[in-house]
Amino acid sequence: MRKGIVQLVAIGVVIGVLVTLVAVLFQWLPTSASEEFDRIQDIYWFATIMSIVIFSVVAAVVVYSVWTWRVPDDDDLDGPPIHGNTGLEIAWTAVPAILVIALGIVSAVVLSQNGEAGNRPLEVKAIGQQFAWKFEYSDYGDFTTGELVLPVNREARFTMEAVDVIHSFWVPNFGQKMDAVPGIETSILVTPTRTGEFAVVCAELCGLGHATMRAKARVVTRAEFDEWVKEKRA
Amino acid sequence: MTVSHSDTPHAEYPPHFEPPHGSTWKFFFGPGLVRGGWMAGVGFVLGTLLVLALRRWWGWEPYWLTEVILVVGGMVATPIGFLGGIGAFDYWLHYISGRPTRPEDHSGHGARTWRDYFRVNTDHKVIGVQYLVTTFVFFTIGGLMAMFFRAELAQPGLQFVDSQTFNGLVSMHATLMIFLFIIPAFAGLANFAVPLMLGAPDMAFPRLNALSFWLLPIAGVMFLASFIAPGGAFGAGWTGYAPLAEGQPLGQTFFNMGVQWAGASSILTALNFLVTIITMRAPGMTFWRMPLLVWANFTTSLLVVIATPFIAGSQFFVMFDRIMHTSFFTPEGGGYVLGYQHIFWFYSHPAVYIMMLPGFGIVSEVISSMSRKPIFGYRLMALSLMGILVLGFSVWAHHMFVAGMADWLRVPMMITTLLIAIPTGIKVFSWTATLWRGRIHLNTPMLFALGFLTMFVIGGLSGIYLGSVPIDIAASDTYFIVAHIHYVLFGGSVFTIFAGIYYWFPKMTGRMYNERLGKWHFWLTFVSFNATFFPMHYVGLRGMPRRVFDYDSAFGDLNFVISIASFVLGASFIVFVYNMITSWANGPIADANPWRAHTLEWQVSSPPPIFNFDEIPQVVGGPYEYGVPGARHAVMSPAKEAEEVHA
Repeated sequence: MRKGIVQLVAIGVVIGVLVTLVAVLFQWLPTSASEEFDRIQDIYWFATIMSIVIFSVVAAVVVYSVWTWRVPDDDDLDGPPIHGNTGLEIAWTAVPAILVIALGIVSAVVLSQNGEAGNRPLEVKAIGQQFAWKFEYSDYGDFTTGELVLPVNREARFTMEAVDVIHSFWVPNFGQKMDAVPGIETSILVTPTRTGEFAVVCAELCGLGHATMRAKARVVTRAEFDEWVKEKRA
Repeated sequence: MTVSHSDTPHAEYPPHFEPPHGSTWKFFFGPGLVRGGWMAGVGFVLGTLLVLALRRWWGWEPYWLTEVILVVGGMVATPIGFLGGIGAFDYWLHYISGRPTRPEDHSGHGARTWRDYFRVNTDHKVIGVQYLVTTFVFFTIGGLMAMFFRAELAQPGLQFVDSQTFNGLVSMHATLMIFLFIIPAFAGLANFAVPLMLGAPDMAFPRLNALSFWLLPIAGVMFLASFIAPGGAFGAGWTGYAPLAEGQPLGQTFFNMGVQWAGASSILTALNFLVTIITMRAPGMTFWRMPLLVWANFTTSLLVVIATPFIAGSQFFVMFDRIMHTSFFTPEGGGYVLGYQHIFWFYSHPAVYIMMLPGFGIVSEVISSMSRKPIFGYRLMALSLMGILVLGFSVWAHHMFVAGMADWLRVPMMITTLLIAIPTGIKVFSWTATLWRGRIHLNTPMLFALGFLTMFVIGGLSGIYLGSVPIDIAASDTYFIVAHIHYVLFGGSVFTIFAGIYYWFPKMTGRMYNERLGKWHFWLTFVSFNATFFPMHYVGLRGMPRRVFDYDSAFGDLNFVISIASFVLGASFIVFVYNMITSWANGPIADANPWRAHTLEWQVSSPPPIFNFDEIPQVVGGPYEYGVPGARHAVMSPAKEAEEVHA
């Protein structure tokens, strides 16, 4: 039996290593360009470690059992009549419970951090209409653009409006997403941490042109932003 | 594809039902598909005249309004005419009209020729097969649609279809797979197995059972007919979110009404299961002696009965908004857009469990009997089903974390969502513990059950990512979701449906499937399934939204790989169909109990006698007492050997 346990653990470790390689060799997440996404990526890794362990345990037991206890088709004996094991059953109720509650707490903390607006965020209104985004900068005299420009390291609050049907404002590199819903106002916070060009994507099916409902987001330095605003207002 | 015992009727079979060819009168006016055809036409005319008369009466111009005519004449009166025509209401109408009740001659019970599968039949075993064949037809259609839009998605840009057709194909694929395949395929398997497992001669309400089957093709045809509607098929996704759905062309109405027929079918079947399971258990069959498949269908039926009316309501409201100009979900008239999503998901989240719990039941049967061990922790397995049932009603808004609903609702919904991992985990760990030290027979049903076990864990774990609100905000509405639901519904549900089909195939047909082809089918499916859906996690997280015909060219190569893999997945299904058809026609004759299982369906001949049990079994123990010396599930005389039945 001891030899069996060693084999089982070995299979588990092999599977665990393989899955871990899949998790780290590919870059599964886009480069984070916001404080909010940094925090989300932390929970992502928490969940990933948890998943690797659980998957490896289950897969190892399945592989080991089939490998060890497979019998030919004409075998007509029965296995040992094991009906259960209270200790084991309590353990596999309690351990997952602790894990998911831990994940829940971490998630709730991040959610609240990502939802806390600091002092005077940059107010941007994002208006979704089949099939284009418009952005209104109410802090700077309500000019409207089709391109989203944000100053780096300054929190921005997007207030969403939808003209016709539901759209969803999403910048994959910001890790933040929120539906724009006709009749109600929704909002989300983004604090860009990286300058560059990113894609604004509509993530909620909104009709024929849904796939093409995209805009450009540009994160620039404070000085460049002021310059851009001046240009726009002129 | 004649069922093997057709030439030698069982001794108890009542006299053969006269085929309708005898007289012209019977051909046109006897219950059957011919009468169904012309009565459907009559129904349409009556419905249309009713609309025209009422509109005329009230002076509503124009009298002819296509969408209203379509709903009343085409989608209500025509199906009712069809159902009347095939004879689904004959007995009840006879009774209601006060004529003397006909003594039941069981002429509509059981199948003697292949024709008996094409009419209203009250035998739960025939209905089970009717369900399965019908649902696999729709599975094929839905699968071909997936091939089609995968071809479109193999490259960025628009190649084969226009965007309304693309949206229609995607919406139809999901709709058929959910409403016409997974939910009713489970209903079909349960229809066949549950009464046998309970030791009952049939379902509690056989005529209702027949009716609930025939509602199903109506829903399927209605969905598909939307392709010929002006403007194309419904293209607002299977979720049909308002207000997008309200501005869709005529095709959307087909979805609104098709869901009503599919939903009615589900509800009636579920009621039937509940009454059957509560009242028709054999003597000694206590709840704690029921096989887990019966437990699973008991919980599923509770979910169906409680939840399904909500989707019916949501679709009626959308339709009222469309044709009666109400404003349930239009903000201009004071409607509340998010109201749609709350009502919709109040059904559609439990629906995920409706599509999974029966599979849990099947896998419990297969793993226990193929490992030759009692199911590990039987009572906790049954209780965890109940746990999922209760929690399943408290998580619907996790589909709406980015929908703009009240912020305070998010954390409670996240907690309940994550808690569902606990009963689900109990089930997964108990199945693996059942394998431990078993004597494992690695045949096709077992391969699919183990495939399910590993793939469902992946689907469950990606569900934990999505349960966490901040991760969901990043991953929602992307291909990550597509990957997640396919790991749950394909790697989960579809694998269990295959496991169940292979497992009960000998019982249903009296013949054995081809084991080699079965294994080929499994490995082809398993590999191509992973090659198709695993990369979708990646493209989704990296920034590809779902339901798009065009995407960032950075995802081009991977999408090409996904499309090729999906064609292999489609091709693997051909192996299954070939195996089923050839084995059903002339596979080797199956034993009564090829798996040496203890549950009651295996204690009768294959296929079972027309009323299942020649004598009522007396249940004396649990259903999975493998390895317990002298243990019995039930006391009854041994099954007539298959050779005798087929002699």
